[in-house]
Amino acid sequence: MGPFTSVAGFPQWLDLLIAFLIGTGFGFALEQGGFSSSRKLAGMFYGYDTTVLKVFFTASIVALVGSQFMSYFGLLNMNLVFVNEYYITAAIVGGVIMGAGFIMAGFCPGTGISALSIGKIDALFYLLGGLTGAFLFAETYPLIQPLAEGAYRGPVKINEALGLSPGLFTVLLIAGAAVMFWLAEMAEKKFARPDITEQI
Amino acid sequence: MKKKYMNPYLAGTLLGLVLLAAMFISGRGLGASGGIKYCVVSIVGAVDKPHAEKSAYYSKYFKDGQKPISNWLTIEIFGVLAGGFISGAVSRRLKFKIEKSPNISKARRLALAFAGGVFFVYGAQLARGCTSGAALSGMAVLSVAGFVTMIAIFGSAYLFAWFFRKNWI
Repeated sequence: MGPFTSVAGFPQWLDLLIAFLIGTGFGFALEQGGFSSSRKLAGMFYGYDTTVLKVFFTASIVALVGSQFMSYFGLLNMNLVFVNEYYITAAIVGGVIMGAGFIMAGFCPGTGISALSIGKIDALFYLLGGLTGAFLFAETYPLIQPLAEGAYRGPVKINEALGLSPGLFTVLLIAGAAVMFWLAEMAEKKFARPDITEQI
Repeated sequence: MKKKYMNPYLAGTLLGLVLLAAMFISGRGLGASGGIKYCVVSIVGAVDKPHAEKSAYYSKYFKDGQKPISNWLTIEIFGVLAGGFISGAVSRRLKFKIEKSPNISKARRLALAFAGGVFFVYGAQLARGCTSGAALSGMAVLSVAGFVTMIAIFGSAYLFAWFFRKNWI
């Protein structure tokens, strides 16, 4: 029964080997999906390419449905899987700062690494900026600590907050994603930019 | 001739299976900004050890003889580099280039890429995760933090998109 690392108590070398292999799969999937191209990623915000939405929601739904089936059949103990802790202000303010960075650079950290791996020099500059951003955060932490650690709500689950079962919430999320996929396909036709999409 | 990208729904399924594997084997999601943070913590520890030991922020990553460079997330992002490289090699996309709109200069593209990196990773430290660690992985475990961060990232990017449109379209 999973997760094996904590249930079986894997030694550190094996844990890190797994980290490398999972990272390899992650980088491979991102690059195959076209996330190594900033102009493709930025298309999400101008409508000419909505790959980000399609890949992102398909991936989260596959993992969500898969983990719930595994849990149902007793293969995975979901209580041992990390659930992100909710700090209201930090999640919103941090998210808004990330959104600004996204539209300036056309990358998020994972896609930036994926772009660097195939030789994009702009991605190298992005990641140097990323290292600088992490350094600035560490050095300004005493100033920003009240915001970072305030309004703490714990590892809250969204279905519980809404009073729904995990299964029902998942079904609603899939329905919502289907609507968004349909809108995304329409947007790609309406805002088509063959001059850009032919180059990426 | 470079190959076309994978169908997005297929690439999404592949990415979802990798995320599911991370949950099933290691009990965690995928991450990217966390690995960048551990790289910075390692560099600061190597360059200025007394500063790292004095700082409440850095010192927690060196407690009990921990080495931030051999953290799960650090090793994982080296895997991301390897996986991206394999994919680029298979699809013949390996090439040194600055990708940008023909309407802007190379210097402008590189400056905006750098600035975007500063913003994105700063925000990711505050929100305890980026698009992968907070939004994607967070949504897969139904965490409120994941959904809120996802909406904040994409919502604000849409709002800011108008101001940056000349760099892209």
